Amino acid sequence: MNTLFDKIWDQHVVTEIKGGRQVIYIDQHYIHEVTSPQAFAGLEKRDITLRRKDKIIATADHNVPTKNQHLPISEPLSKKQVSTLMRNCEKFDVTCYGLGHEKQGIVHVIGPELGITKPGMTIVCGDSHTSTHGAFGCIAFGIGTSQVEQVMASQCLILNKPKTMRITVNGKLQRGVSSKDIVLYIISKLTAAGGTGHFIEFAGDAITDLSMEARMTVCNMSIEMGARGGMIAPDQKTWDYIKGREHAPKADKWNEALAYWKTLYTDAEAVFDTEHTFEASDISPMLTYGTNPGMGIKIDTHIPETENQKALDYMGLSTGESLIGKKVEHVFIGSCTNSRIEDLRLVAEFVKGKQKADHISAMIVPGSKAVEAQAIEEGLDKIFEAAGFELREPGCSACLGMNEDKVPAGEYCVSTSNRNFEGRQGPGARTILASPLTAAATAVAGVIVDVRKELN
Amino acid sequence: MDPLVRINSTAVPLPIEDIDTDQIIPARFLKAITRDGFGENLFRDWRYGKSDQPKADFVLNSDIYSGQILVAGRNFGCGSSREHAAWALHDYGFRIVISSFFADIFKGNALNNGLLPITVTDAQLDYIFQEIEKNPEHVFDVDVEAQTLTVTKDLEVKFEIDEYKKECLLKGYDDIDYLLSIDEEISRFEEKQVIY
Ligand code: SF4
Repeated sequence: MNTLFDKIWDQHVVTEIKGGRQVIYIDQHYIHEVTSPQAFAGLEKRDITLRRKDKIIATADHNVPTKNQHLPISEPLSKKQVSTLMRNCEKFDVTCYGLGHEKQGIVHVIGPELGITKPGMTIVCGDSHTSTHGAFGCIAFGIGTSQVEQVMASQCLILNKPKTMRITVNGKLQRGVSSKDIVLYIISKLTAAGGTGHFIEFAGDAITDLSMEARMTVCNMSIEMGARGGMIAPDQKTWDYIKGREHAPKADKWNEALAYWKTLYTDAEAVFDTEHTFEASDISPMLTYGTNPGMGIKIDTHIPETENQKALDYMGLSTGESLIGKKVEHVFIGSCTNSRIEDLRLVAEFVKGKQKADHISAMIVPGSKAVEAQAIEEGLDKIFEAAGFELREPGCSACLGMNEDKVPAGEYCVSTSNRNFEGRQGPGARTILASPLTAAATAVAGVIVDVRKELN
Repeated sequence: MDPLVRINSTAVPLPIEDIDTDQIIPARFLKAITRDGFGENLFRDWRYGKSDQPKADFVLNSDIYSGQILVAGRNFGCGSSREHAAWALHDYGFRIVISSFFADIFKGNALNNGLLPITVTDAQLDYIFQEIEKNPEHVFDVDVEAQTLTVTKDLEVKFEIDEYKKECLLKGYDDIDYLLSIDEEISRFEEKQVIY
């Protein structure tokens, strides 16, 4: 009797080594410009090459500007990193969707979009939010640059098998509450370290009811509880999403794949090391008030007592305060957590015919070129423009402020990204994490509002 | 990787919990394409003010504390998987980090770079902070072979480290050396594996 995680893991064990570590085979490797240059340099230093160049896909996302991507990158260090990626990919013959390419985008958005991410795989990337891909029923996790080099050299990693955790969310979500709220709620309950050492499977009808995009949002943030990754058993929605995409199996292969994918679920009697259960009806739109994603509250409650006064000082907030009515200066809708077409559609539907508040800068950064193109095709760009929201070109953008898109020191940003660490969106920036709907409603009101009240 | 066998050193205290890798090395310093020089920007925003003047109250700027050991609050290294955090600590001169809890990815990254994370209990961590406060010149002894951290004659911590990683540290090997040595086994695995 096995968990979904065990089934996939055990299938990828090449061998066991002393001390209990296992050599795990990696099926797919994604790379980007920030965590790959030292790995390529490492290969060159050892005078070896990629073991399987067919299992690696590159894109430029972290550093790229989100305006005028057709022009050369103006920031010299970013430019150097992106051009180093292009040069390395050329030299090592790696498929690269670089800046300007129609398939470029945030690595965790393009992988699923192109049908590369599939159930039953092991997937890694030198980026902690690789956990996103687990929404397809695969084992996907972030690695460091030394490990990027290991996978390049051997297609394997030496790992300790993590413990397993199941988080079950039962019931139906209230209107105006989304998958982002589910995951922020779970993290607020379990804390930013609550999942450490574990690989999480999300289950329950509130999870299976979610679209693939919304499932990705949940798995994306599993890392914010300290977990190695998160996953959701594949089902009809998964097959429907993958079918027909560029890298999806075709014809007979599809049927074969499907037969295999259907074996990927947790057996009824399987035992997890840790279990947690939550009720969907208990979840409100969520906000963070501190400097780690575990410091979250339901929008209709007050900032609790915390030992972390430093975080409150940084945020300019205090215990007992409600965030409703709080004036903010920026709204950022984007990042690998919430920049897929479904997020943009949801925001467009809400802001249609409305106007953002004058003092707010509202930026929407699509997760990929494909999302951008789709948004334009559907006329969402027009809706955003009319509402005063700026639709940018794809990239990580203000999620981590490696490019020009930064939040000025001391100002507040309601952000759909995944991290509210000190300085994450720029030195001194004050980040409040929320769902795309909460972000959109806040941009319109100019102050934080409970989106449930705006929907009626 | 340089071998790590034994360290006798004073320690630098940083009694803050949940120190994430964005604090250890902020994202804007991740633009380098080599592994060197990250030490300069270690804890950049805590260490330097807006116009790059050192902040006197931050421990790395103090004349009192120094050494190859960093002692930090619980849940050290959480957040982003950037290995640059381990490089920055190592490049600055740390070889050991002591905390009562480490984030997983950080721990792996540290070990892959010859930086040893030692996990102690919360009570031991408090005791260690007190010892440093009492006497900043206090010397700690870390013996990787024996897996011991000697704090005082009253406290010797036997720390955990898996056998494989211990051997890597002692000999200065890394995982690639090992993985390249089992190339044939990996090929056999690839032949029988079916993927879609
Ligand atoms: S969008 Fe943010 S979290 Fe996602 S990969 Fe980019 S920087 Fe990382």
